[in-house]
Amino acid sequence: MSVELDVFVGNTTIMDKEVYQLWLNGYTVNDAVKVRIDGGVMEECEASAEVLLSDTMDQYRTFQMCERLLHHPAKLANQLLFQIPPDRQAMLIERYYAFDDSFVREVLGKKLSKGTKKDLDDVSTKTGITLKSCRRQFDNFKRVFKVVEELKGPLVENIRQHFLLPDQLARDYAAIVFFANNRFETGKKKLQYLTFQDFAFCAGQLINNWTVGAVDNMMEDMDVDLDKEFLQDLKDLKILITDKDLLDQHKSHLNNETSHPLSLVCTALRGKTNVFNEMEANFKNLSRGLVNIAAKLINAKDVRDFFIDLVEKFIEPCRSDKWTSIDVNLYLTHYTNSAHILDTFKHHAVWTRYMGVIKSCILRMYHD
Amino acid sequence: MDRASDLTDAFVEVKFGNTTFKTDVYPKSLNPQWNSEWFKFEVDDEDLQDEPLQITVLDHDTYSANDAIGKVYIDIDPLLCSEAATVISGWLPIYDTIHGIRGEINVLVKVDLFNDLNRFRQSSCGVKFFCTTSIPRCYRAVMVHGFVEELVVNEDPEYQWIDRIRTPRASNEARQRLIFLMSGELQRKIGLKVLEMGGNAVVGYLQCFDLEGESGLVVRAIGTACTLEKISTLPATATHPSNSSPSKDMKDSPQAAPSTLGCRSTHSSPVHSASSRLSQGFSVSVPTLLFAGMKPRHRSSEAPRARQCRQSLFLLLHTYKHTHILRHTHTGTVLMYDPVSPCVLMECVPPCSDRPGFGEEAPGVPLSSGPPTPLRAQTFSSFSPSKSYSRQSSSSDTELSLTPKTVGIFLCPSSPALESESSPLPSAHLPRHLRSGMASRSTTPPPLHVSQSDSAMLRKSVSFSEELLLAVSGMGSGGSAGKEAGPLKALLRQQTQSALEQRGVSSSSEAFVRTGEYPFFTLTAFPPGFLLHVGGVVSARSVKLLDRIHNPDEPETRDAWWEEIRQEIKSHAKALGCHAVVGEEVCILSASGTAAILSSRFMQDAPLETEHRLSRQPLCVFSTGSERVEGDMGSSASLGFEEVVSPGCGFCHIPYDELNIPFPAQLTYCYCCRRYKVPDVLFTTIDLPNEANVTGKGCLIQARVRTPHTADEQTKATRHERFVWSSYPNQCGRDHAARTSGVYLTALPSPGGIQIAGKTPSDITYEQHISNMQKKINDTIAKNKELYEINPPEVVEEIIGSPIPEPRQRSRLFRSHSESSDEVSELDLSHGKKDAFVLEIDDTDAVEDIHALLTDSPTPAGFYSCNTEIMPGIQNWTSAIQMFTSVRVFRLNNVNLTNQGLNKIFTDLCENLLKSLYFKLRSMVPCCLCHLNFTVAIPEDELIQVAVTAVAMSFDKEQPLENGKQSGEKTLIKAITENDEQLQFNLELNAETSSPNPLSSPKGLSEVGSHPSARAPSVDYSSFADRCSSWIEQLKLKAHTIRRGSVKTTSSLEKASPLPEGRSRSLRSNRSYSGSSVAVVKMTPLSFIPGAKIIKYLGIINMFFIRETTSLREEGGVSGFLHTFIAEVFAMVRAHVAALGGNAVVSYSMKECVFMENPNKNQAQCLINVSGDAVIFVRESELESTSVQPQSATTQTSNGGEGT
Repeated sequence: MSVELDVFVGNTTIMDKEVYQLWLNGYTVNDAVKVRIDGGVMEECEASAEVLLSDTMDQYRTFQMCERLLHHPAKLANQLLFQIPPDRQAMLIERYYAFDDSFVREVLGKKLSKGTKKDLDDVSTKTGITLKSCRRQFDNFKRVFKVVEELKGPLVENIRQHFLLPDQLARDYAAIVFFANNRFETGKKKLQYLTFQDFAFCAGQLINNWTVGAVDNMMEDMDVDLDKEFLQDLKDLKILITDKDLLDQHKSHLNNETSHPLSLVCTALRGKTNVFNEMEANFKNLSRGLVNIAAKLINAKDVRDFFIDLVEKFIEPCRSDKWTSIDVNLYLTHYTNSAHILDTFKHHAVWTRYMGVIKSCILRMYHD
Repeated sequence: MDRASDLTDAFVEVKFGNTTFKTDVYPKSLNPQWNSEWFKFEVDDEDLQDEPLQITVLDHDTYSANDAIGKVYIDIDPLLCSEAATVISGWLPIYDTIHGIRGEINVLVKVDLFNDLNRFRQSSCGVKFFCTTSIPRCYRAVMVHGFVEELVVNEDPEYQWIDRIRTPRASNEARQRLIFLMSGELQRKIGLKVLEMGGNAVVGYLQCFDLEGESGLVVRAIGTACTLEKISTLPATATHPSNSSPSKDMKDSPQAAPSTLGCRSTHSSPVHSASSRLSQGFSVSVPTLLFAGMKPRHRSSEAPRARQCRQSLFLLLHTYKHTHILRHTHTGTVLMYDPVSPCVLMECVPPCSDRPGFGEEAPGVPLSSGPPTPLRAQTFSSFSPSKSYSRQSSSSDTELSLTPKTVGIFLCPSSPALESESSPLPSAHLPRHLRSGMASRSTTPPPLHVSQSDSAMLRKSVSFSEELLLAVSGMGSGGSAGKEAGPLKALLRQQTQSALEQRGVSSSSEAFVRTGEYPFFTLTAFPPGFLLHVGGVVSARSVKLLDRIHNPDEPETRDAWWEEIRQEIKSHAKALGCHAVVGEEVCILSASGTAAILSSRFMQDAPLETEHRLSRQPLCVFSTGSERVEGDMGSSASLGFEEVVSPGCGFCHIPYDELNIPFPAQLTYCYCCRRYKVPDVLFTTIDLPNEANVTGKGCLIQARVRTPHTADEQTKATRHERFVWSSYPNQCGRDHAARTSGVYLTALPSPGGIQIAGKTPSDITYEQHISNMQKKINDTIAKNKELYEINPPEVVEEIIGSPIPEPRQRSRLFRSHSESSDEVSELDLSHGKKDAFVLEIDDTDAVEDIHALLTDSPTPAGFYSCNTEIMPGIQNWTSAIQMFTSVRVFRLNNVNLTNQGLNKIFTDLCENLLKSLYFKLRSMVPCCLCHLNFTVAIPEDELIQVAVTAVAMSFDKEQPLENGKQSGEKTLIKAITENDEQLQFNLELNAETSSPNPLSSPKGLSEVGSHPSARAPSVDYSSFADRCSSWIEQLKLKAHTIRRGSVKTTSSLEKASPLPEGRSRSLRSNRSYSGSSVAVVKMTPLSFIPGAKIIKYLGIINMFFIRETTSLREEGGVSGFLHTFIAEVFAMVRAHVAALGGNAVVSYSMKECVFMENPNKNQAQCLINVSGDAVIFVRESELESTSVQPQSATTQTSNGGEGT
């Protein structure tokens, strides 16, 4: 005797959070039942394995039927097929769009294309996350990306509105979309130590400061792309390194106490840090590195390498000199400020906009 | 559809009757907006009620045929009644039989009704229909006229030759449309009958389909005709209707308004409200007359059928008569009908012949046996073939007569129609005046009738008389029918016809009036005091071979069948000494146990063919019976009670003579009053009367039988669910319990466990075994007592010693036997007489199984279950309810199983199903699964399909008494009581109808109504997609329906629109991303919503859907397919309710779920029929504040209507 058909439909759709999570995690029905049995539900409710199986199957079916609605969360509230209380709806959406940090690290900055999707089995093997779950997460990224790509207005807000996500999750998605759009390289070995949250933070900085929307609050433009004009202007910063005088002057401020005590980099730093000597020695290198990054950002390819460049040109040298993050903070603060004192340096606005982001990104990234 | 963009070029066809309108094509969009003008239809009389409004959404193709996207069928019937909805407005799912829901469309429909003054009109607008099997909450029954039935037959489009060349979609749609048409027609015809009877409403309306394959498609319906009055309505309204006779009404209310149908998507809503007003009169007065008339009726001339049957009937009557009398004496109540008997007998004979049909069982089975036979009520036999469960209803026998209950009876007639009472009904009179039972209604009445009623009236009355009479007595009883509804329900048209014929006769010679008739009622809950005694369950079945039908399209044949069955039931009822039959099949009788036994015998007699035939092909039969059992052993009454029967126990007193107990039952004196005898167990199909004394909590008892079928047939599964109430005398503290059901193969106490006593027959071999079992059982009993809070003050033993010959615990054995004739003989049911428990184990092999059966796993803590509306003993419901439908299909791989094996398997299936339900609903603990009814079908060999629809309601743990006030339940009860009181009050006062009702406090509410705040809030629409693409449709269609004769023009319609607009959901852009914007619609199979008050009934929801797939695997297999389909059905019901302005569906039921699959072809098809009452409810806590709103809303609406 076998059960051919087994269906349970409630007027209010019944959804068990635990089962939902198992489904999201890509467990098969049988695996899910095992997990549930191990979880002790049976004893609690005097259920048998059969009952659990039946219940799990039902819920899986319900989730599958809901899935297409979840692809457009706004529809969940307006559809008639399932009667789901609002709090449940929010839970469904939030969990559906939740992702694993380890997974996102693998995909971050990659083109959300079919090619990438094909490689997901490798990702799955590497991260231990089921392929099904990987696909769901990947598809979520892609879906959000597609919807938001062409929309005007603030990125985070767009995501939050279209996908009804809570704030934090919406920010994370903004970061993912932003990375995917600009194809930032995050997979290199040197970047492996960075977590998704590090990148998400940086993305937030970039979005808030370097995109068109950052300057112009009118909803005209999008947050997804960097502000081309700004990138163009960054080229002008090159003067800081190409002009010998300026470079020396900038550096000299490290030492010259007399000229501008407060704003000169070295003046300010002297005595406050144990690594002053290294700073002084590396000043040109570091400065050249940062300015070069700025100057090259106009090229899309160099944008992709932005994080690598930061690490290679700045973080690694500092780290090898054993700077603490306090040191870095001090250095960058003074480095930024002192440029304004330079007589021949005109690009204060661009410099501020640039260094503000660089500084916070580096500080965030400056850890083991 | 534009392939590149996946967008459609949509347009809409709006069709009503033969008129079709189209909108423009809205190119390349998934969110088309038509904002159409009103489509105006002028409709003929009959079409108005028969036709559904069809809205078809199509995708325009320039070169090829347009692609169908989906359809919406809208039943405009609710708009035809002034007290129901005034407009249908909202988003409705666009449904396609192949692809399911594909999107939604915003529609606005309005009807302006011109009254038809024509007496001979074919329409019956204005009659209200309720699925609820009790008097709807915001109404009060002025009068209950009796049973109405109708049946319509048509060819099934699925079997027409053309079906071979058309697409599955076309076939499905043809079928869906046909069924919509047929149900419309059915309702119209029933409405006409009700009008004839003078009623204005049908309560307990139950409609069923029989898919007979090539021989046709049958739609049947039954109901109880009533005259209802709004409780809260102002006196004025009440009076108004009453005064006018039907014809008058019509004249009065000529306001015809054009009705419009508008579908509109965007806000432009043009809508308006359509108000349909039919003024139908509910002439109260009329009803009374009818009432009178009714009695007389007997069909003198009916086609002669089984003579044997007739004969038997005759006999039965005879004997019964006596019994009744006896009984009466006992109780002190007088049976109206006994008196009649003499006359009746005379007449009866002929009539009997007519009726031959009684035996449902089919002609073949003569009701040979005298009294006992009747008893047979197969209650337990469960065979009731088709899914219909035979509920057993218990009705008080004597209601007519005098006992307090009589009051109830009176009520009906009296209240509204003053006139009628006095003059018309003899019976009524008699009871009042002569309580002593003299009255035989039979003779006296006729003359009266004649005098009063016009000829026309008489006729009507006559035709219905039988039923009416019964009804009168039975008023209270009714409920069961609804459930049983299955096949049985459909009453014979013949009856009516015959009735008509008879009218002539009857009118001419009233003498014929037969007293013998038992009324059928489709109610399950009655006003307090209505039920005098509960007899037991009666059921009947028969099998017919479809191929014998000569003219399949003629409904008469089937009518005749139904007639037969009803007659059979009536005869059974008589045997039990009851007057009224509840439900069709059910009779009210006291001895249930007996009934069971009989039934089994019965089964034997007519083994092969069980009733199913109607519903299915002849051969495949399965029957399901669900019965409710009330086990009241005793009622508690103080010893000293005199004549007055205490309300708490009266209904359990036996209606029959103890010397002539129809079946083996143990009689004891009532524990409450000690005056009357009571049976040890009562089986009924109705809800427990409110006044009954109940100790402890109820629990679900289940019995299941599965037997392998006989010869050529397939297996049949039978399953019984019985609910047992144990009522223990509170006062005396005696308990008894006897309840149980042990069954030979099958019956077993369900998870809850009931007290079980098992005794082996004399079989020595198993003693050891049995003693072990006995021990376990005893343990179980002890545990269960605790569980169900049954704390008998005194020990059973004492009882024995008591002077009264008391029964001790006894368990009754029912056997539910399977139909197979072969097996029949194995069991003898006669064990009921044995003292003590009898658990018969006659099959040696079965021992183990029985053991297993008896030791069911217990229900998890915090769960209770019952198949009645509410669980006795639990009163403090919270507002959390969860309605669900669960379907399972099992395949039996091993065909060679023994009976026991099968039973075991079947039991396990059901057990598991229950366990699954408990598990799923664990978050609601503590809760009770109410209205838990199983429908078992055997779609094909080796397959068993079990469908369950129930509602889980959570309750507060606290003791009911303490918290009672808060609980919804309590309020409910209170309300009911109040209701009842009102009724009684009225009766006594004889129709002071207008007396203000205290209860009516929410006065304005009921009247008004239309769109309380509950109305669906605006939804943003986002397209919903089916798998292909999401579709949103916004249509603005305007349609106008005008009744023939009406002259209206549509011009002004637009003006009305503002209102609707506000209401209509704004489609558009303002999407609110958060929160649910779709109105929440609650659904429940019960007639009430805990913690809330129903303020308005918006009309009946009766929908039929077909879903087919040719890509079964892709849709998740059979489970995925059905899961989706059921969810879609729910969605459509909710959407239609929301469009009517409602926020809940009560008395919801899924009456048909036919599932067929062909996995090899990757195909499956499913048909589902659901029904319920759309209502607006208000949480009690909000009642105050909201009450104002609806009113204003209505006002607005009405204004709008007027504007047009």
